[in-house]
Amino acid sequence: MSSKIKIPDAHGHFGPYGGMFVPETLMTPLNELTEEYERAKRDPAFRKELAYYLNEYVGRPTPLYYAARMSEALGTAKIYLKREDLCHTGAHKINNCIGQALLARRMKKNRLIAETGAGQHGVATATVAAMFGMECTVYMGKVDMERQALNVFRMERLGATVAPVTAGQQTLKEAISEAMRDWVTNVRSTHYILGSVLGSHPYPMMVRDFQSVIGREARKQCLKKEGRLPDRLIACVGGGSNAMGLFYAFVDDRDVEMIGVEAGGRGIRGGEHAARFAGGRLGVLQGTKTYVLQDKDGQIQLTHSVSAGLDYAAIGPEHALLRDLKRATYAHVSDKEAVKAVNALCAWEGILPALESAHAVAYVMKQAKTWKKDDIVIINLSGRGDKDVMQIAEWERQQKAGN
Amino acid sequence: MILDTRISRTFKHLKASGKKGFIAYITAGDPTLQATIEVVHRLEEVGVDIIELGIPFSDPLADGRVNQEAAERALQAGATFSGVLDAIATIRKTSEIPILFFSYLNPLFARDFRKSVRQSATAGVDGCLLLDLPIEESAPYVQELQQANLDNVTLVTPTTPDKRIGEIVRTASGFVYCVSRTGVTGMQDKTEKGAEELLRHTRKLTDLPVALGFGISTPGQAAAAAGYADAVVVGSAIVQKFHTMPQTSKGRREAAAWVGNMVKAVKEV
Repeated sequence: MSSKIKIPDAHGHFGPYGGMFVPETLMTPLNELTEEYERAKRDPAFRKELAYYLNEYVGRPTPLYYAARMSEALGTAKIYLKREDLCHTGAHKINNCIGQALLARRMKKNRLIAETGAGQHGVATATVAAMFGMECTVYMGKVDMERQALNVFRMERLGATVAPVTAGQQTLKEAISEAMRDWVTNVRSTHYILGSVLGSHPYPMMVRDFQSVIGREARKQCLKKEGRLPDRLIACVGGGSNAMGLFYAFVDDRDVEMIGVEAGGRGIRGGEHAARFAGGRLGVLQGTKTYVLQDKDGQIQLTHSVSAGLDYAAIGPEHALLRDLKRATYAHVSDKEAVKAVNALCAWEGILPALESAHAVAYVMKQAKTWKKDDIVIINLSGRGDKDVMQIAEWERQQKAGN
Repeated sequence: MILDTRISRTFKHLKASGKKGFIAYITAGDPTLQATIEVVHRLEEVGVDIIELGIPFSDPLADGRVNQEAAERALQAGATFSGVLDAIATIRKTSEIPILFFSYLNPLFARDFRKSVRQSATAGVDGCLLLDLPIEESAPYVQELQQANLDNVTLVTPTTPDKRIGEIVRTASGFVYCVSRTGVTGMQDKTEKGAEELLRHTRKLTDLPVALGFGISTPGQAAAAAGYADAVVVGSAIVQKFHTMPQTSKGRREAAAWVGNMVKAVKEV
C-alpha cells in the first residue's frame, strides 16, 4: 500500500471493502458526522481534550508488560502484553467512547446509544455518558444479557438503560440492527457510538483512529525497551477494533508481522464459529461491504463463540483489505483453546484475560514453537476477564458433563 | 430516466384517468409463498395498483417490528430467492400487476447482482427499491438495473437536504418514494407534518411520479396523503392484517377487503 493516509477514500472504501450501505435517512447524519470528525481531528483543542481524558480518566498510557514467565514457559520469543485490560472499565473500548462522546458534545447531541456484545463497549459507553452527564441507552441481545449479567448490572448502576433485543439470534448482530433503528428514528438528538471498526463510513475509519493510540504507544514502548520494533503483533478480531488499534501504527513497518485471531468456536462448520475468513465471503451487512458468514441466498448465518465479543458474522472492512494486501494474516482458535489460555495466563502471570483476548494468547501458545528465541511478540490484551468467570465455570461444567 | 415497465405504464394510466395510485407492501413468503401468490391476486382484485414485494432478509435494519417478524416467518417457512422468483412467474401467468422488489442489497448481491436482477426481470419483476443503497454506492447497481429494464425506485427522507434530493431523483426511474418520517417502517397514528412539504419539494425536482409511504395505516391517512402525493404506500398495516386474519382463503379475502377500503379512500381523492 502506498500510504495509509489515503485509506479509506472519501466515502469510506478500503479498496473493494467498506463504504456506506445504509438507509437514506442516515446518510446526511453520517456525512455530518464525517465532516465534524474531520474538523475535530484538525482542531488542537479537541486533540488536547481527548488526550486529557485518555490520560487522566482512562489511565493511559497502558503498560507494555514483559510476560517473563509466559515467555519462559513457552521457551521461544519474548512475549509482551499490551495491557488494555488496565484501561478504566477494563477494556480498550473506552478509548473510542471518549473520542465519540467528545464528538457528540461538539455536535450538541446529548443522547448516546450503543450496541454491545460482551458488554464491555456498553459499559464504556455508559461510563462516558455518566461522566459527561449524557443520556444513554445500550442495546444488548437477550442471550448476551444472560451470559454477561455482571456487565448489565454495571451499565444500570451507571445510569444507562439496557434494552434487551429479542430478534433473531439475540446477540451482537441484532443489537447493532436495533441500535441503528433507534438512530434512524432519533437521529436529530442522538449520537450512535458504534463500538468496532464496522458499519458505515466514517465508523471503521473513526473507530480505528480513536483506537490507534494502542499501537502508537506500543511502538514507542517497544523501541524504548528493546531498541527495535517487534517481529509480530497478535490480536483477537471480532469486528476488529483492538486489532486495528494495535496494527495501525505499524502498517508501514513492513517487517512487523500482524496476525488477527478469529473465533473458531466449536469448529469451522456453519453456525459453529465466527471465523469470517475461514467460512465467509463478500457481502453487505449493517452498512459495510466485507467478509460475511452467510448462506447462498445472502441470509446471515448464525455464529458461535464462547466469547460474546467475537460472536459476529462480519469483519471490519480494513481487515479484509490488509488481508488482500498480505499485510496481515488471520487465523482462528477454538473455544477450548481460548479457555485453556485464560487459565494459562492466570497461572503464568496472575492476569485474568477476557475470553476475547484469550484467543490471541491461545494463538501464541500454539505457534510459539515455530518462532525464534529472540523474536519479540506483542499480544494485545484487549480486556480483563472478570466478566467471564461465570461463563467459564459454566463452560467447564458442560465439558465435564461431556457436551 | 423513464423505462417502459409495468410501473411507468401504470402511472401513465393513473395520470390520464386523474386517479391516485395505491401501492401495497407485503413480505414474500409470509406465511408461505403459495399464500403470497394468492394475496397478490386478492390485492389486485380490490384495486391495488402496484405490489411492493419484500424479499425476506435475516437482518432488516430499516424495518420495524411488524416487517421484521414477517421476514422471520417467511425465512422459517423456507422462502428462498429462487422460490420468490418462481412465485412471481406463477403470478405472471394470470396477472400484469406491477411488482416492485423491496430489498436489502445482500440477498441480491450474494447471488451475483447481475444474475439476480436479470432473473428477476425474466420472472416478471418491474423494479427494485434497495433500502441500503444510497447514491454514494448505487452507480454500478443502477446500471445493472437499467440494463435489465428494471426501474430503480429511490427514497428521499425528511433528513435529505434539497441538493441531495436533486441528485437522488436523477438516478431514479418508475417513481420516487418519499419517506414520511425519520424512522423505520411501521404504523403510526398521524402522518408527520413535514411530509407534505418534502413531497412538494421533491416534485419540483423531478418529472417522475412521487409516492408517500412509511406509517400510513388508515383510510383517512391514505386519503390525506393522496391529496398531495401521486400514490400512497401502505406496508406494515397490511402485513399485520393478513397475519392476524385466519390463514385461509376466506381470511385472506377479508383482509383484502379491508385493504380495499383504503384503496377506495385513495381513489375518491
